[in-house]
Amino acid sequence: MTFLKVNNLKVYYPIRGGFFRRVVDHVKAVDDISFELKPGETYGLVGESGCGKTTTGRTLIGLNKATSGEILFENKDLTKLSRKEFHNIRRDVQMIFQDPYSSLNPRKRVLDIIAEPLRNFEKLSKADEKDKVAYYIEKVGLNAESIYKYPHEFSGGQRQRIGIARALTLKPKLIIADEPVSALDVSVQAQVLNFMQDIQKEFNLTYLFISHDLGIIQHMCDRIGIMYRGQFVEEGTSSEIYANPQHIYTKRLISAIPDINPENRERQTELRQEVNAEYKNSYDKYFNAEGKVHKLKAISDTHFVALP
Amino acid sequence: MGNQPLLQVEDLRTSFRIQDDYHAAVDGVTLTVNENEVVAIVGESGCGKSAFALSVMGLHPEGRTKLEGNVNFNGRNLLSLSTAEMNKVRGKDIGMIFQDPLTALNPLMTCGKQIEESMNYHTKLSSSEIKAKALELLKKVGIPNPERTYKQYPHELSGGMRQRVVIAIAIACDPSLVIADEPTTALDVTIQAQIMDLLKDLQKQMKTGIILITHDLGVVAEMADRVAVMYAGEIVELADVKTLFKNPLHPYTRSLLNSIPSTTSGNDRLHVIKGIVPSLQKLPRQGCRFKARIDWVDEHEHEENPILREVEPNHFVRCTCYKNFHFPENIGDMNNDIS
Repeated sequence: MTFLKVNNLKVYYPIRGGFFRRVVDHVKAVDDISFELKPGETYGLVGESGCGKTTTGRTLIGLNKATSGEILFENKDLTKLSRKEFHNIRRDVQMIFQDPYSSLNPRKRVLDIIAEPLRNFEKLSKADEKDKVAYYIEKVGLNAESIYKYPHEFSGGQRQRIGIARALTLKPKLIIADEPVSALDVSVQAQVLNFMQDIQKEFNLTYLFISHDLGIIQHMCDRIGIMYRGQFVEEGTSSEIYANPQHIYTKRLISAIPDINPENRERQTELRQEVNAEYKNSYDKYFNAEGKVHKLKAISDTHFVALP
Repeated sequence: MGNQPLLQVEDLRTSFRIQDDYHAAVDGVTLTVNENEVVAIVGESGCGKSAFALSVMGLHPEGRTKLEGNVNFNGRNLLSLSTAEMNKVRGKDIGMIFQDPLTALNPLMTCGKQIEESMNYHTKLSSSEIKAKALELLKKVGIPNPERTYKQYPHELSGGMRQRVVIAIAIACDPSLVIADEPTTALDVTIQAQIMDLLKDLQKQMKTGIILITHDLGVVAEMADRVAVMYAGEIVELADVKTLFKNPLHPYTRSLLNSIPSTTSGNDRLHVIKGIVPSLQKLPRQGCRFKARIDWVDEHEHEENPILREVEPNHFVRCTCYKNFHFPENIGDMNNDIS
């Protein structure tokens, strides 16, 4: 049984205009992508802003509607479920949002924030509910007394951990983490990332990790999919992508990562210029007339590249 | 000016009024920037790096801020200048690049007009000359179609293009010093690389001094000549970039370097700095300010009144606690919060 399989997913947004606001065109936010998640792994979706990675994540959890294609979660097609049936899936799929400042309701206590998913699915007594919330708040490294506080009393890293506690309460199988650390300081980032790895082992979680930061993706992910304009340009294991990138767009992304060693500064600049020159010269080879990438081709069992 | 440094900050202390008390966010910072030099200031948020930059620019609200010390630039102490005099320096001799290009630009003015604004104010050029200069600047910052961008509004441009316009504004009057406050933080990786390369290029051409404020050590490694690591309002380590990355000494610098994912490979644990940057009111003003966050280090390793000491030529470190500093074995544990 596959855990999560996405087949030919398309998410289009209509552009309306002209008479009677008819649909004149579509923004193809996600344009025919397929990938698979194995239980217990961390799959990274990378790309620049506007490439459709967030839309993909939101569609999986039902916050966006798929235009066509299948999302098979434990062999059930999420795109065909009714609202009521989908409700039960929500238990197993949870989301961690990017900005810990806007994803927690400022007028609710931490207790109510974390208990909200519980109240939707489980009928617990007040005392049981409180115990459960206290258990998870301690799991994320905060004081059990903090459940009576409000979000503004916490720092960014602590808030993000409250967001993670909320995602954990229903014991989900899949967590979609959309840029979970982009809004945090480096040191706090490390804390949240370490913590995400810990709970992954403890609760046997599968992550879909969405980020634009290639350093973090390399650190966290087993397999990676690189997106460009709503399509995959390359997919492979972490080492395949970083040590042996095949598509020019992947090469360009990787060469853009700042090198932490100042001794390599000149080399890094040269490399970037080379890659940019190659990008310009061989554009026609990697992209078709519409500026879209080609279909993915396997170059090893796990490594797929969009080549003609 | 010869060998005189471009900017000489001496014992700068910037205090904010919070409930009738003044608390120093920048606490005795001494730093020089030479011509044609990029000095980076790194640290977590709340360490006083932006407060430092805004003090040099004189952009803090007057009523609530107290500035002490000297900021010598072109033979004058900027802190003693009146607002009118300071207005003649800002934008002309010192340019500033802000973090978020969307909020830094005026949404109601075309990009061209915004670039011309400071030239109108500071120079006596005719309007046609100014326009020609603005177009030239747009070209210089790598905008493909200057004539078109000149007439466009900021919302019509992508983030990278906007940041280029912000840079064009900052360098419009050929400043000798540019302060760049997190210039690439709001941008995508590929755009970040382009903007870094652009800044490096411009800096080489124009021989400007740059103060680069960032929390991203990768950006520091790629751009800076010298680095000042700031913690809780003080510089804790100051060295040239190669020395700092090869031989970081202060526990704070080492902790920061160890918490970046790209340097550690595979499934290694990242280092987590215990606790958080203390708020201004709670900041310890006595002893080593980093003490609370490395509490496994013995008390007597710290100095009582740590000063920035030269430990090898041009490498300065505050406090003696670096000498026997080691990371704890269970790095990255979660149960270390001060709630």
